[in-house]
Amino acid sequence: MKQIVVVGNGMVGYKFCEKFVEKPEFKDFKITVFGEEPRPAYDRVHLSEFFENQDAKALEMAPAEWYAKNNIELITGERVADINRTSKTITTAQDREFTYDYLVLATGSAPFVPPIKGVEKEGVFVYRTIEDLEGMLAYAAKLKAKNPNAKAAVLGGGLLGLEAGKAVMDMGLEPHIVEFASKLMPRQLDLRSSQVLQLKLESIGLNIHLSKITNQILGNGSIVGMEFGEDDTLDVDMLIVSAGIRPRDELGKNSGLEVGVRGGIVVNNKMQTSDENIYAIGEIALYNQMIYGLVAPGYDMAAVAVNQIIGQAKSVMPDDIDMSTKLKLIGVDVASFGEPFMPASKGHSIIFENKTQHLYKRINVSHDGKKLLGGILVGDASDYNMLHQIYLNGMAIPEDPAQLILPASDGASAFGDVKDLPDEAQVCSCESVTKGQICAAIENGEATDVAAVVSCTKAGTGCGGCKPMVADLTNATLKSLGIEVKEGVCEHFDLNRQDLYKIIQVKGYTHFNEVLDNHGNGGHGCELCKPLIASLMATINADTANKEYAIQDSNDRFLANIQRNGTYSVVPRVPGGEITPDKLIALGEIAKKYDLYTKVTGGVRIDLFGATLNQLPLIWKELISHGFESGHAYGKSLRTVKTCVGSTWCRYGMDESVSFGIELENRYRGIRAPHKIKGGVSGCIRECAEARGKDFGLIAVEGGWNLYLGGNGGANPRHAELFAEQIDNETVIKYLDRYLMFYMRTAKPLQRTAAWQERLEGGLEYLKEVIIDDKLGIADDLEKEMQTLVNKFECEWTQAINNPEMMKRFNHFVNSEEEDDNLVFVPMRDQKMPEPWK
Amino acid sequence: MEEILDTYKTTKLEDVKIWFKAASIHDFPADGGACVKYKNKQIAVFNFARIGKWYACQNVCPHKMEMVLSRGMIGDDKGIPKVACPLHKKTFSLEDGENLNGDMDAIATYPVKIEEENVYIGFSD
Ligand SMILES: Cc1cc2nc3c(=O)[nH]c(=O)nc-3n(C[C@H](O)[C@H](O)[C@H](O)COP(=O)(O)OP(=O)(O)OC[C@H]3O[C@@H](n4cnc5c(N)ncnc54)[C@H](O)[C@@H]3O)c2cc1C
Ligand code: SF4
Ligand code: FES
Repeated sequence: MKQIVVVGNGMVGYKFCEKFVEKPEFKDFKITVFGEEPRPAYDRVHLSEFFENQDAKALEMAPAEWYAKNNIELITGERVADINRTSKTITTAQDREFTYDYLVLATGSAPFVPPIKGVEKEGVFVYRTIEDLEGMLAYAAKLKAKNPNAKAAVLGGGLLGLEAGKAVMDMGLEPHIVEFASKLMPRQLDLRSSQVLQLKLESIGLNIHLSKITNQILGNGSIVGMEFGEDDTLDVDMLIVSAGIRPRDELGKNSGLEVGVRGGIVVNNKMQTSDENIYAIGEIALYNQMIYGLVAPGYDMAAVAVNQIIGQAKSVMPDDIDMSTKLKLIGVDVASFGEPFMPASKGHSIIFENKTQHLYKRINVSHDGKKLLGGILVGDASDYNMLHQIYLNGMAIPEDPAQLILPASDGASAFGDVKDLPDEAQVCSCESVTKGQICAAIENGEATDVAAVVSCTKAGTGCGGCKPMVADLTNATLKSLGIEVKEGVCEHFDLNRQDLYKIIQVKGYTHFNEVLDNHGNGGHGCELCKPLIASLMATINADTANKEYAIQDSNDRFLANIQRNGTYSVVPRVPGGEITPDKLIALGEIAKKYDLYTKVTGGVRIDLFGATLNQLPLIWKELISHGFESGHAYGKSLRTVKTCVGSTWCRYGMDESVSFGIELENRYRGIRAPHKIKGGVSGCIRECAEARGKDFGLIAVEGGWNLYLGGNGGANPRHAELFAEQIDNETVIKYLDRYLMFYMRTAKPLQRTAAWQERLEGGLEYLKEVIIDDKLGIADDLEKEMQTLVNKFECEWTQAINNPEMMKRFNHFVNSEEEDDNLVFVPMRDQKMPEPWK
Repeated sequence: MEEILDTYKTTKLEDVKIWFKAASIHDFPADGGACVKYKNKQIAVFNFARIGKWYACQNVCPHKMEMVLSRGMIGDDKGIPKVACPLHKKTFSLEDGENLNGDMDAIATYPVKIEEENVYIGFSD
């Protein structure tokens, strides 16, 4: 039996044990582990999660029982004070002595605290252990009790400092980051990406101070500020020092092991120190003259040490160690991999930047364009794993590497001006069509309008998500060639939506053919102008989609959402997401009876999938008899008003978000608009209803509601903009009536409020003038028009099932009662789904 | 999948052997379509009232092989009468079945005649 002593029970010390017990040779060894901290090893990487739940147990790598079960002696709360290499013993701070055959040093690092005058003051912390966090929480609570606007700074704008900054914010203190260098995360990011990151962090409320050398910490006993220059100070009530790490190599130094000039115990690629019976792993080990401040290389070192001790001499550390990292700040994506900064001699870089969206992506590619060497992602690191894999495995990259980072576009706004896009930018990702191909089709005369571009390049024929961008590109290119761009909605009308709106309103048209005959170009209409005019007439004449159903978009025609296999989904309205148990049971029973796939939607209601055309009216008859009505999930109309429980139940609620949400949903249900509309109402600033991601959002605050307008999720997420503060219910409705009506009058076809608002000349200020100050003198009209729509609301499904003529629509065959025999469903997780497309 | 497409072959007026009586003209919406079952076939029939014509074609969309074209919207593309698939808006000529906004194979079309307010579709088998 050989005796192994492990000094340090941190992440890597633990990993050593874990790897060891898996080996059959383990039976010939006895492991004793010493940890200075009072508890067994925990996940330091996710230390910040402690702020959320203060649950130290949840962070544990393994409970104390695990060590016992595996016959490992774990001694916590006891520091190893000395090594005697000749007698092969260690002595602990409690003066106990233990012998070893092999000694493993896994003592990690300690935060580096620069010798600034006053750092010993009360209120100055480091960020490494659970005890550090407990100390901070207690101190922050004390501060806030005295002053709710207390401030805290983090010294250091690196990976860890930013994480600490977020923690400060979560503790409810005003957060400041003080960095000595002229950019954030100097080790991982280049200048441009760190500027983008800075903008993003500032937008979420972090205050950032760069190029600041801290001379002294001010305060009498406890910290009250930091002094940078003579007249340059920052008032803060607390400070977290995150200025780098120093390996805890005291044991090595005192026992004469070889250490580096700037600390760390020197190891070879077997993780052996200058004493062959002593190994060092993790953040203490100086390998290739480097301390790797990341957990992954530490784990590899643990594995190597285990293998070496059991005699697998071939297992050694590689020379190249991957230092790729992803910052796990909530709400901000930052990642760098491989070689983030690359000298031009080694390859070239492709950079994509959008400051307003806080996006920056850089990839470094070898000169021959075949290999990905590294990169930086800020703002959207969703492709990090994929890119990291490509880099790691030296996988082949597309001929045009830019495709790796250019977003699958859904509209111009993600890029600023479409013309600025590189020619290689992939505009249509379904059909792999680049910007260059689209422009070429127009420039060489092949295409002169959007439809022609689509048919000759195939762009937009897949998911269709890129269509707005294809249109923007087409128009921009045509314009640059001096060709007049027709604003018309399609080949049948030269008029745009806004003009058609006015004409239909003034002339009082009620049929598509009237509009086409009097104002069209002589054709017979198409799938673009027909649904558009149907929607306009619905808005102007308060019609439902049952009127002239042949010109309605397919979904409106059958009052249901067509799904992949031509069956439909059924979504009854559940205003505000509030539903009685009885109604819930009714939904369940109906779904069961018709064997419908059932799912809760993102809009707090229940979607029943897989209904055939013939079943639709039967299902709706039953739903209506249980008090449901159409949810208009199929229409370009109000979908849902999502609510949180608000003050009726929630201990934080400032107002009754559910009641108001229901009122709003019932008010605007059924109205037809240029595109779908969603709303949200949150009972307080915690924003559980995600109201700011909606076309209109309300958040209850002291003294009323804050109204946000023009948000959406989807491919181009955009937060709604703050429009009015602390207004009462009545004012909210007044503004919303005007806003929605103004949008319905003036937006382009299929333009969400977000895109409309973004392109509105004069922007938000203009919108306020129109809606709040009534600059155009139309506020009365807008309100009246909306009120008419509200008054004339009728459930179109109730209309349909009570009218035998309308019911004819819902037969798959005109000459048979049979159903479509082409439908095939396959089982999935206890439900069914359509057979996948071949 | 291929077999489905094989069941649909464009039928010319001169090749019609059977005039199948599908339904009354009143069963079809003006400027819209409905689906007719004939043996193992699903046929989309459109009442293009605006120009006073009737059209018939296969109900299956060649894009994803779903039985949906009869539920599509009709209109014209530079004068050519067409139907747009409700799933991804591929458009097909109602005259000769050609895919107007892409290069998919043409769909099969069938002759239609109206007699005594009844709609007949012409088949060769
Ligand atoms: C807030 C935070 C976030 C981080 N995020 C990431 C991240 O996202 N990704 C990443 O890869 N890395 C991250 N890290 C770094 C990562 O946590 C470390 O690389 C890793 O914990 C190193 O493990 P270790 O076992 O070498 O050292 P440690 O985990 O520090 O463990 C060393 C242990 O040894 C004990 N010890 C020291 N001396 C003695 C002695 N003489 N006697 C007994 N015990 C002793 C110490 O008390 C300590 O418990 C983060 C670190 C922090 C603090
Ligand atoms: S937003 Fe506020 S009121 Fe609503 S559930 Fe969340 S915490 Fe409660
Ligand atoms: S299935 Fe018809 S267009 Fe896709």
